[in-house]
Formats: sequence, structure tokens, C-alpha cells
Amino acid sequence: MLFWQILIAGFAISSLYALGATGFTLIFGVTGVLNLSHGAIMVAAAVAAWAASESLGVGSYLGAVFGILTGLLLSLATYFLVVGRLQKSRKIREEEKEIFILTATLLWGIMIQEAIAYLYTNNAKTVAPIVEGVVSILGVRTPANEVFTAVVCWLSIGALWYFVNGTRAGKAVLAASMNPRGVTLLGIELSSVYFAAWAIYGVLAGIAGVLLGMFFGVSSYSAGPLTASAFSIVVLGGLGSVYGTLIAAYVVGYLETLTAYLVSPAYRTIPALLLLVVVMYVRPRGLLGRR
Amino acid sequence: MLRRILLFPPVWISLIVVVAASTLPLYVSGYILGLLTIAYYFGVFSMAWDLLFGFANEVNFGPTFLIGLGAYTAGILDNLYQPPIFVCVAAGAFAAVTGGVALALPALRMRGPYFGLMTLVAVLMLQNFVVVAAELTGGEIGLTVPDVISIDDKVNYWIALGFMTFSGAVLYGLSRSPVGLILQASGQDAVQAGALGFNLTKHKLAAFIVSAFFSGLAGALMVFYLGAASVGTFIDVTVGVQVIIGAVIGGRRTILGAAIGAVFLIAMGEALRPLGDLATFIVSGMALFVVLAFPGGLLGMVKGAREAT
Repeated sequence: MLFWQILIAGFAISSLYALGATGFTLIFGVTGVLNLSHGAIMVAAAVAAWAASESLGVGSYLGAVFGILTGLLLSLATYFLVVGRLQKSRKIREEEKEIFILTATLLWGIMIQEAIAYLYTNNAKTVAPIVEGVVSILGVRTPANEVFTAVVCWLSIGALWYFVNGTRAGKAVLAASMNPRGVTLLGIELSSVYFAAWAIYGVLAGIAGVLLGMFFGVSSYSAGPLTASAFSIVVLGGLGSVYGTLIAAYVVGYLETLTAYLVSPAYRTIPALLLLVVVMYVRPRGLLGRR
Repeated sequence: MLRRILLFPPVWISLIVVVAASTLPLYVSGYILGLLTIAYYFGVFSMAWDLLFGFANEVNFGPTFLIGLGAYTAGILDNLYQPPIFVCVAAGAFAAVTGGVALALPALRMRGPYFGLMTLVAVLMLQNFVVVAAELTGGEIGLTVPDVISIDDKVNYWIALGFMTFSGAVLYGLSRSPVGLILQASGQDAVQAGALGFNLTKHKLAAFIVSAFFSGLAGALMVFYLGAASVGTFIDVTVGVQVIIGAVIGGRRTILGAAIGAVFLIAMGEALRPLGDLATFIVSGMALFVVLAFPGGLLGMVKGAREAT
């Protein structure tokens, strides 16, 4: 009984982690940017969905759309206002850009987080779930919302997979992650590839944020831990490797669920952090990392 | 030699500023002194961080790991056995150095973002530990220490100022020494610096140890100024971010700029306090603007203006 319970609850959480981290790894793979405002963008999407459905009373479907749009807009703002400027800057030497981008996205994330705290306070907000009720799977009473989360996560990841492998624009994005110079030589504008990557990232982060808001609830405080968990999942799986990220998301998700069920919810995050340290020590490039 | 050092502009300008600052207790209120005391400790945190970020080109997201280790070790020791304060402070600095080495040895094998992540994970683990081991550390409520260095605002202020001056002198001297140059070289082109025969890992480890030493020492001293330690004041990631913002605003790779930036940051935070949550928003916005428009920071702007004329 407990076994099935952990298996099902862990699956939903892991799918959510997988979706959140996939966007993060996509943006790193294509543009080489580690976006430390990731958590803040997800929280902003969730809070926007909450505000739209609670205050404006537009219902949970429109609210979710509103949240995803917020994620998209913030992601594009991150690109145009912060990252793009640093990438084009002539004042900063090439080899130092990486740490400038890390610092700048960190600051940008704090700005988003504080703006949320100012407008909507620090209180935790739970987005009204789109599907309600309980279903019974293998004798375990599971909230329908958990099933819905897992399904939407996998549909989104599937759509991303189709986009990258099945469409021309997607293939250009994939090619840019392998060899940016080669893409330019083929006559594809690199900046439009980057734009596409940030747009996709924004939608993914928006969906993940809204689902997270329905699942756990978010507050402006969750931004930092969310970035940290996406970062650690991505590093655990190997930076830039999507399959690695998916595997790592499940490893972390199940480790956390196991600890929460069997030991104590207070220790929830500790085993995953320990695992990360061990992996970094033994295999610094992660499970499926390329370099 | 001494004459040459004294005539070097950053040195005599800093000396004048320090002398002027040391007379402040004669004519400003205790409230401002208390604020500046905290600001000076943050100045040390930022300077210690700049040694790693500016010179060794390593993003350490975990300055609060070192600060927290120093602060909590000193606080817990005082709580349990009440040895003389200087023993507690020394123990705090020692714990920070030990923790720093334990963190740096595996972390320095990695490059860029991986190193940053390791340091971030270290902070999260320490935070978890403090919360879980609540009997020893006071958990989320915080730890109260029975002793303080002094209850006099002025004495505390002078101690903080003296400590910041001392740390600044050592760190600045180090950054100007051959060791600083090697660190800078390793940050800019690791392969070439290695090819010149320098043991980069050794130098980076040394930088980390020095950074850890001053962070831990400052953390321990700050505990005995505040009379309490809590996750929110010493370990939380937001505290680390403040340290980082201070160093970035002040000017990367300048050491002294980091202290200016941190003091400026604390003063701004206090001045904007009536705005509530917006204060942090504005301060981060300003820092982001500095990063985007003047990557060299405040001191970098001054330098740039002087080179232009």
C-alpha cells in the first residue's frame, strides 16, 4: 500500500521537476546561459494565474493561460533586458561574460521576487486546480490534480520533443546547441534561434509554474529554492543533456518522496543534496553529461 | 619602500577615509553607529568574496556557508562552555577555514557553474543542519549568546572599523602581491597560466582559505556584536546575495570597492526602508543597472574617468 502510494505521489512530483528542469537545460544547451531567475519566473507565472482566477474571477482555465503568458513575457524580458545586453556588451571580456550573466540573472530574479512580494505579499498562494476530486489508482486514493499534473507535464515534454525533432525551426534550435557557428553558416539568424529558445523556455517555465502553484502552492520565498532545485537536477543529469535531466528529475523526486514518507518531511531535501555532492565528486559532468 | 606605499593613491585615500570614519562616534547618534557597525562587517564579507570572484574568477554563491560556520561555531561554543570571547572567535575562524577547505577541495576540481552550484549546495546543507539540529543551534528561532564584546556603541563601532581596515589591508596587499597576479592570470586564461608553470589549484585553494578565514572571523565577531545568531542573519541565501551585490556594485577586482559597495548597500537599504518590500527591489535594480552599464562598478567608473582624462 505504502509502496504504491510513494510510487504514485513520487511520479507526479518528479514529472513536475522534469518539466521545470527541461526548460532550464534547454536554455543552457542552446544559449549557454544558466538562468538564475528561473525560480522567480515560475513563481511569477503561478502568482499571475492565482491573481487572475481569484481577483479577476476569470476561472482556472483562463487563469492558467494568463500565468503561462506571464512566464513567456518575463522570459523574453530576461533575454532582451538582461542577458542579450550582456552577450552583446563590448565592455566585458568574452571569458568573463558567464559570471556576469550569472550575477545579473540572480539580481533580475530578486527583482521579480520582490515585485511579487510588494504587489501580492509574501503569503503562500495556491492556484485553484483545473480538475478536482479524487480518483483511485491501484487502490490508492489519489487527487485527480496529481494525475492531471503528470499528464500535462509529459504532454509538454512530448510537444517539445516533437518541436525539436520534427519541425524545421526546432531543428535549427537543436543545431544551435551543437554548433552555433555552423548554424550561422547555413544562413540561419542566430538571434532568431535564441529568441525561439527563450520563448519556448518561457512557455515551459510558465506551465511548470502554474502546475506547481496548483500542486504545492507558491510564495515569493520559493523562488530561490526552486532555482536551486532546477540547477541541481540539471547538473545531476549533466548540463545540456535533456535525457539526463529527465532521469535526474525522477531520481530527485523519488528520493524526496521516499524521505518524506519514510523518515520525516523535515529531512525532505537532504538526501538529494547529499547525492548531488557525491555525484559531483565522483563524476563532475553528471550522469549523462557531454563534457 | 614605506614612502612609496603611503604615496600610492588608494592607500592614502583609504587612510584619510578610515581616520575620518574613526572620529564619527564623536558627533553622530548611536543608531547610525549601529548601522555602520553592521555595514563594516558586511564590508569584510564582500571584500573576502571579491578575492575569489574578482581575482580567481570563481563565483562563490556560498559566502554565507563560511560566514555561518564562523558565526555558529563561535556562538555554540560560547553557549556551551563560556570560554573567553577571543577563544570563541578564533574557533569560529578555524571552523570556517576547515569547512572552506573541505568544500574547496572537491569544488575546485570543477569549473565555473559547477563550482557555483557546489557552494550553493553547501549553504543549503548548512541551513538544513541548523534547522534540524535545533537543540544545539536554536533552529529557526535562533541562538542567543550569553556574552557580548561590549555594550558600548562606540567601542563596537571602533572594533568593527579596525577589523575592516585590517582585513582590507591584508586582502588588498594580497591582491597586489604576486599571488594576486597569479590568481588573476588563472581567472583570465587558466590554460596559459598553467602552462607558465603555476599550480593554479594551490593558489585558488589559498585564496579560498584566506577568504574563509576573514568571512569566519567577521561572522564570529558579528555574533558577539549582535548577541544572537539566526539563519536569517547569517546563513540564508539572501544574505549571501547581499554580500555579492555589495562587491559587484563597488567594483569587481578592487577589494576596496567591495567594502564601499557593502557600506553603500546597507545605507541605501536603511534609507529606503520606509518603502518596505520595494527597498530590495530598488537596490537590486540599481545593482543590475551597474552590472549592465558599468561592469567595473563604482570604483571602475572612477578608474575609467581617470584613464580617460
